[in-house]
Amino acid sequence: MGFRPVDEIVGKYQGKKTALISILHDVQDQYNHLPEGALRKVALKLQMDLNDIYGVATFYKSFSLTPKGKHSITLCLGTACYVRGGPRILREMKKDLNIEPGQTTENKQFSLNAVNCLGVCAIGPVMVVDRKYYGEMNAVKAKRIIERMNKKGNGGKS
Amino acid sequence: MEIRTVKITMDGRWIEVEEGSTILQAGRQFGIHIPTICYMENLSPYGGCRICVVEIGNDGSDKTFLDTSCTHEVREGMVIQTQSPRVIRARRMLAELLVTSAPNVKVAQDIAARMGLFKVRFPMENNRCILCGLCIRMCSEQMGGKALGFAGRGVGRRVSMPFKVRPETCRLCRGCDYVCPGMIVPCQGIKEPGEFCGRCVRLEEIPGCCSTATFGCFCERNPL
Amino acid sequence: MRIIKSVSQLERWREQIISKQKLDGVVISVCGGTGCHAYGCKGVKDQFAKNIRKDDAEHKIRLKFTGCRGFCERGPIVTIQPQGVFYQRVQEKDVPLILSQTIEKGKVLDHLLYEDSTKKRKVASEKDIPFYKAQHRLVLGNNGLIEPTKIEDYIGMGGYQALAKALFEMEPGQILDEITASGLRGRGGAGFPTGKKWEECRNTPGDYKYIICNCDEGDPGAYMDRSLLEGNPHSILEGMVIGAFTMGANQGFIYVRHEYPFACKSAEIAITQARRAGLLGKDILGSGFDFDAEMAKGGGAFVCGESTALIASIEGKIGEPRSKQVHTVTEGLWGKPTNINNVETWANVPLIIRQGSQWFSSIGTEKSKGTKIFSLVGRVKNTGLVEVPMGISLKKIIFDIGGGPQNGKKIKAVQTGGPSGGCLPASLFDLPVDFDSLTEVGSMMGSGGMIVMDEGTCMVDVAKYFTHFLEEESCGKCLPCREGLKRMREILAGITEGKGNGESLSLLEELARVVADTSLCGLGKTAPNPILSGLRYFRSEFEDHVYRKRCPAAVCTHLIQYSILEGDCTGCGACKKICPTQAVEGDRKKSHRILSELCTKCGSCKDVCKANAVRVQ
Repeated sequence: MGFRPVDEIVGKYQGKKTALISILHDVQDQYNHLPEGALRKVALKLQMDLNDIYGVATFYKSFSLTPKGKHSITLCLGTACYVRGGPRILREMKKDLNIEPGQTTENKQFSLNAVNCLGVCAIGPVMVVDRKYYGEMNAVKAKRIIERMNKKGNGGKS
Repeated sequence: MEIRTVKITMDGRWIEVEEGSTILQAGRQFGIHIPTICYMENLSPYGGCRICVVEIGNDGSDKTFLDTSCTHEVREGMVIQTQSPRVIRARRMLAELLVTSAPNVKVAQDIAARMGLFKVRFPMENNRCILCGLCIRMCSEQMGGKALGFAGRGVGRRVSMPFKVRPETCRLCRGCDYVCPGMIVPCQGIKEPGEFCGRCVRLEEIPGCCSTATFGCFCERNPL
Repeated sequence: MRIIKSVSQLERWREQIISKQKLDGVVISVCGGTGCHAYGCKGVKDQFAKNIRKDDAEHKIRLKFTGCRGFCERGPIVTIQPQGVFYQRVQEKDVPLILSQTIEKGKVLDHLLYEDSTKKRKVASEKDIPFYKAQHRLVLGNNGLIEPTKIEDYIGMGGYQALAKALFEMEPGQILDEITASGLRGRGGAGFPTGKKWEECRNTPGDYKYIICNCDEGDPGAYMDRSLLEGNPHSILEGMVIGAFTMGANQGFIYVRHEYPFACKSAEIAITQARRAGLLGKDILGSGFDFDAEMAKGGGAFVCGESTALIASIEGKIGEPRSKQVHTVTEGLWGKPTNINNVETWANVPLIIRQGSQWFSSIGTEKSKGTKIFSLVGRVKNTGLVEVPMGISLKKIIFDIGGGPQNGKKIKAVQTGGPSGGCLPASLFDLPVDFDSLTEVGSMMGSGGMIVMDEGTCMVDVAKYFTHFLEEESCGKCLPCREGLKRMREILAGITEGKGNGESLSLLEELARVVADTSLCGLGKTAPNPILSGLRYFRSEFEDHVYRKRCPAAVCTHLIQYSILEGDCTGCGACKKICPTQAVEGDRKKSHRILSELCTKCGSCKDVCKANAVRVQ
C-alpha cells in the first residue's frame, strides 16, 4: 500500500512539524487507526525521526495504533460528571461491553473511551456516541442507547 | 578567553565555579558528593530520577525549594544544601519508590542501602527498567542511532524501538547495554556469615538470548 | 469583505454594520454552546430558520446562533430583542408558538420562562434572573450578542477598536505600562502578573518571538475557555495582536485541546475572516506591523496545559515538561522567546486597552483585579458559567448565583482549582475568591473550576479520583510523579475498600510531601493538594474509612449496602427487571428485597425506582 492519502494530508498542512498532531488526526480519520506504514510515511515526509513519531503516537490518548470499533462511545469522567455518578455508568459499560476503556469489542462494533472532561460540565454525566452528545446520563439510559445501536446494526433482527 | 565565575555557597562553604556549570558539576569539583542515577557525564542531563535534588535558596531569602542538581545552573549568590533534612527525607522516599518498583536493579539497591532503607511500605514489583533514559540518550546523542525512544505515558511508559522492531539505524553497537543500570548485575547479598556473593568481583553474567550472553538487549526475541 | 488598510476604513465599516443592524426589527438569539447542543439547540435553530423565511419581510427578523450564554443548566436558551425576553429549555415544538405568540402578538410564553424557586415567580428578562443578576459579565457577556462565525457582529460592537488604538495611538512601551498598571494576572491558574511576563518577553532580544494562546483547559469541570474561544474568538485574536505588537512577536499559535472540536472550528473561521479583512497578516490596518496566527491541536494529554509541555507538543514532540529555571519568555518554542497566556487572559487585553487600566483596576481586590469566569457545576441548582468581580465570597457564588443545593442535601464542600487545588469545607464559604485567599487555606482559585459537593459526595473518593486522574495524565518522566501518584492512589483505593490501617494516613502524608517537593513540573508539584486538603478538612471521613470501615456519604461500594425500604416499596417490579445479577426478589405488588450476596451495587434499581424506595448506606 502506498498510503497515498498521507501525501495529501501532509500537503494540506504544508509539511509543518507544528501540525504533526493535526496530521495524525487526519490520518487516523482516514484509516480508522494509525497504521505502521502511514506513520513511517509521515516521518519520512516531515523529516522527523521515526522514534519521535512513534513516541507521539503512543503518548497522546486520542491516537490508536489498532483499528477502532464502528461506534465510539466516550464517557466523561471529569469532576462534575464524576460527582454526578459517572463511575457507575463506566462500571456498567465495562460489564456490558466486556472491555476496558481504550479497547474495542471483539465484534469490532464498539470502542469505549473515558476522557477527563469534555467541557459540558453543567449537564453531566455526559456521554458522546459517534459525535452525538448525551447529557444527564445514568447507567440505565446508557444501556438503552447501546441496545438501540446494536439493534440498528443488526438491521432490526434481534 | 576569560572564564566567568560565580560565587555560591554549598553546604556552608563558599566556592567559586565557572558560569554555566550545574550544581552537580560544581559539587564534584569540590568533592561534595551528590548521588545520581539517570545522570551520566557526556550525555545531556535529564532530571528524571530526581535523586540528585538539593535544597536551593538565595542570599538573604528564607524561601527555598528543591531542584535537581544535574540540571540546575549555578547563579551568583546561590545557597545550596545537599544534605539538609528536607533533602534527606525526599531522597529516602524516592529511594523507597524506586526500590519497590525495581528491587533487582543494582542502582536501586545501592540508593536504598545508602539511605538506610531496610523496610519498605509499598507492595513490591519487579521491573527490569527504571526508565532512566540513559540508553535513549546514549543511542541518540553519542552513537547517532536514534533507534530508541520512550513510548506510552505515565506508569505505562516504556523504552521501545519504533513498532518494537529494530530499525536500520541500529548498528548493534551495544551502547545501550553498556550504560543501562539494569544491566549491572545486582548483588546477591551475604550468603554465609562472613561471605559476600562476590558477583561484582567475578563479573558473573546472566545467560541471555544471544551469544554475547548479556541480558535485556533490544533484539526482537527479547524486547524490553 | 475587502481588506481594511486604515483605521478610518475600519470605522466606516463599523458604521455600515451598525446602520444595517438598526434595520433588524427583531433579533432572535439561539444559544449554540456545546451544552445547549446536547439538549438539541441545533434543531431549535433549524426550526427557526425554516419558519422565519416565511415571516421575514414583515418583521425583519435576524436569527443569530450565538456562543455559550453560561446558563447551561437551562439550555437551550433563546432570547428575543428588543423585547428582552429570556426563554429557557426551549424545544423544537416550541418554535412555532414563539413565532406566532411572542413575535407576532408580543405575548410572553409562561412555560418557557425561568422560575425563581425561592420567590415562586416567573422572570421574563435576563437581567432579573438571580443567576445573572449578581454577575459582572464583562468578558463573557458578549457571547450572547455575537455570532462567532460573523466577524461583522464583533466589529459592530466595538471590536478591534482597541487594536486600532494600540497600533496608532500608543507605543509598545505604553501598552505594556497599561497592562502592568491594570494589575491583570494570568487566568490560567498560576496568576502570574501578565505585565511582568510581557515585559520579560519584550526585553529578551531576538528577531523571532512567538506568542501562544493556551486553550488546553484540562481541568475537569472547567469549560470557560472553551466557551470564550467558541463564542467570541475575535476577542482573543485582538488581544493576541495587541500583545504581539507590544512584545515584538510576529507569529502566534492558538493551542486547542483535541476534545474541543467546536472551539477549534470557531477559532479557525475567525482567523480566516480576520485575515481576509486585513486584521491578521501583513501590514495590519496599514500600520506596518505583521502578525499571523495559526491553530495547533492537542492530542489528548492534560499535561500539555503546562507551558513547557505545550511547547513540546507544538514542536511535534511528546508533551514532556522541562526545567523552568530558564523561563519560556527567554527560551521557548524552537528555543525562541515565547509568551504563553491563557484564553481568558488574552480576552481581557482589548478591554483594558479600550477602557483603560484605571477602570480595570477599580474592579476586584487589591491584589486581584478584574473579573473571573468560573464554571459552577456539581451538586448545585444553577450550573453554568459565572463571571464575577474578584473578591466575591464563595457563599455568594454558590447560593445567590448557584441557587444553593440541588437535591435538598446539604452542601458540604466546594472543589476549586481542579486537580491542583483542593476541597474547602462549607465553614470557609465566607472567604473571598481571589488569587491568594484560597491558596492560603490549602486550595487555589486555579483556572476557575468550582465543583460543588454535598453530603452524597465521599471526600476520600474525591481524593482518589483526582489522584487517579493525575496518575493517568502524568507524562512519566520523573520518578516521584510517576511512581508516587500510583502508590498514593493504591493507598487511597485500599482505604475506600476498607483495607486501610493505622499507617495508611501517615504514609499518605509523607509521600504527598515528597511528591510535592521533588516533582519536575506543576502537575506533580500540586498533585498532592487534593489529598492534603482532604486530610486537613475532612479527616474524620478518612478516619471513618480506615478505622470504622464506614463510608458516611454512602459512595464507596465495598463499604455500602443497597436495600429496599419495605414501607415505601410499591412492588412494581421495575428494579427486579433491571437488575443485571438478579439480586432482587419479590412478588408483584408486594415489597421487594435485595439479596446482598448477589448485589454488585450498580445502582440501576435506584435509577428506575419511582417510589424512591432504594436506600444506600
